[in-house]
Amino acid sequence: MLKGLLKLTWVEIKIFVREPMGVIGTVGIPVVLFLVLGKTLGKKMADSGAPPTVLSSGLAIFASIFIAVGSVLSLVAIISIYREGGILKRLRATPLRPQIILSAHVIVKLIFTAVTIGLFILAGRRYFPLDLEGSAFSFGAALLITTISIMAIGFVIASAVPTARFAQPIGSVILYPMLVVSGLFFPIELLPTAWQTAANLLPLTHAVSLLKGIWSGGAWSDHLVELGALTLNFVICIALSAKIFRWE
Amino acid sequence: MLGRSVIEVANLRKAYGSTVAVDDASFEVREGEIFGLIGPNGAGKTTTMECVEGIRRPDGGRITVLGLEPYKSPYELQHRIGVQLQQAQLQKRIKVWEAVDLWSSLYPRPLDGDELLEQLGLADKRGAWFMTLSGGQKQRLFIALALINDPEVVFLDELTTGLDPQARRKIWSLVTGIRDRGKTVFLTTHLMEEAERLCDRVAIIEHGRVIEIDAPTALVEQHCPERSVVFTADASPPAGLDSIEGIESVSVEGFTYRLEGRGEDFVTRVIHHLSASDIHVRDLRTVLPTLEDVFLKLTGHGIRD
Repeated sequence: MLKGLLKLTWVEIKIFVREPMGVIGTVGIPVVLFLVLGKTLGKKMADSGAPPTVLSSGLAIFASIFIAVGSVLSLVAIISIYREGGILKRLRATPLRPQIILSAHVIVKLIFTAVTIGLFILAGRRYFPLDLEGSAFSFGAALLITTISIMAIGFVIASAVPTARFAQPIGSVILYPMLVVSGLFFPIELLPTAWQTAANLLPLTHAVSLLKGIWSGGAWSDHLVELGALTLNFVICIALSAKIFRWE
Repeated sequence: MLGRSVIEVANLRKAYGSTVAVDDASFEVREGEIFGLIGPNGAGKTTTMECVEGIRRPDGGRITVLGLEPYKSPYELQHRIGVQLQQAQLQKRIKVWEAVDLWSSLYPRPLDGDELLEQLGLADKRGAWFMTLSGGQKQRLFIALALINDPEVVFLDELTTGLDPQARRKIWSLVTGIRDRGKTVFLTTHLMEEAERLCDRVAIIEHGRVIEIDAPTALVEQHCPERSVVFTADASPPAGLDSIEGIESVSVEGFTYRLEGRGEDFVTRVIHHLSASDIHVRDLRTVLPTLEDVFLKLTGHGIRD
């Protein structure tokens, strides 16, 4: 079965690369925008000696989480399109286990998430000095955990929304507002108490908190709450989508 | 020789909510035959087939395929059968060879993919994206994928729907080729001509119930024994047509006569009579009932209604 997983993953990577809009949209445009932004703003910001803003200090986290959410949304879209086109059903009428089929897609998305983030770091290095205090490996691991946990939400969305046309927009409507109150743009403490409670129940809040902590050199043991929350989110979402997922 | 039964279906039942797709279907498919499940759209053909393939869970009844219960051991079964689904698609930008290669990797002893593509006339399309293939080419690729594991039973669901007559004929000869290699073929179709051409035996399904099973010719003989002979004679009308044994009606239009009767020997008798009457026959043809007529008779409506 491992052979099937590797073959399917490799085929899906090739197929993704063959779709020009997919590659340009998810990898090309963000990186180019980032470069343009860096060229026009980066130097000015460095010269002005202004205090670090969201754009400089939190930039890596900001970019990472947006790329992760973007990947999840494109996973949702792909699953819906494959289901609507009967591709999932065709793959299922083989010895391939369903988990293998979905895992291949998750792996492809993880790979492209990593590639995009890698390109970002390379492209932005000149303009935005990386203020990474923790280890790059730890941050990578935190990002992987975060992304997988968000992907589980993606599976619930892909399971619950039957048509491909609406899957991605509905996914955006669910995920992006979660980002707004996640502490990515402003500290959660600025929110009214009730909102704070709500924000703390959302998985993306914990994702942002974990990424920030690990980025600034925090120990894993200081983030057990976040890890627990993300794991719980993963377990609940996977269980839920296993119950409601339809292959056709 | 037709041997043991490879598929046994008894009292199969499947409903989607309150819609009963398959009410009570029973039949068996024997080793080495082409067996067709025929009926109009919505009769329950695809649902029945997908239950037999193990990708749908039946609500009731018993199914055995090659000694296995499909829904209980789907993966074991998938190794031994080949499946072509109705209206299936592949990834738009997957290349033909990649699909064959991927499918090969899923089975322990796959056939040679290139040879298979060659046999199915797809060798020059090896590097083409799925989305660029014509309808007939897509179906031939799906046949290739269904055959790649050298299966014992091949399932073909509405294989030629939407294809032009030429592509259809090509597919038909491929299907008989599959049987000639010793495989069992289980297919569904709503095209009576296709069933008549291909199938050794057919089961007629209507409203989720199997109403008749037999060889197409046997069904026609049993349910539609009528035979017609139409001929055109020069000048004087032949005498004594009414006295031909088995004749039921004679209609005349100009010099063209239409004789309707029944019985195995009716056509022979008409020919004997004409040659004995010593008249000049310019044209003669027989009109035999088809499976389509059988269907009409059994259900009271045409297959396309």
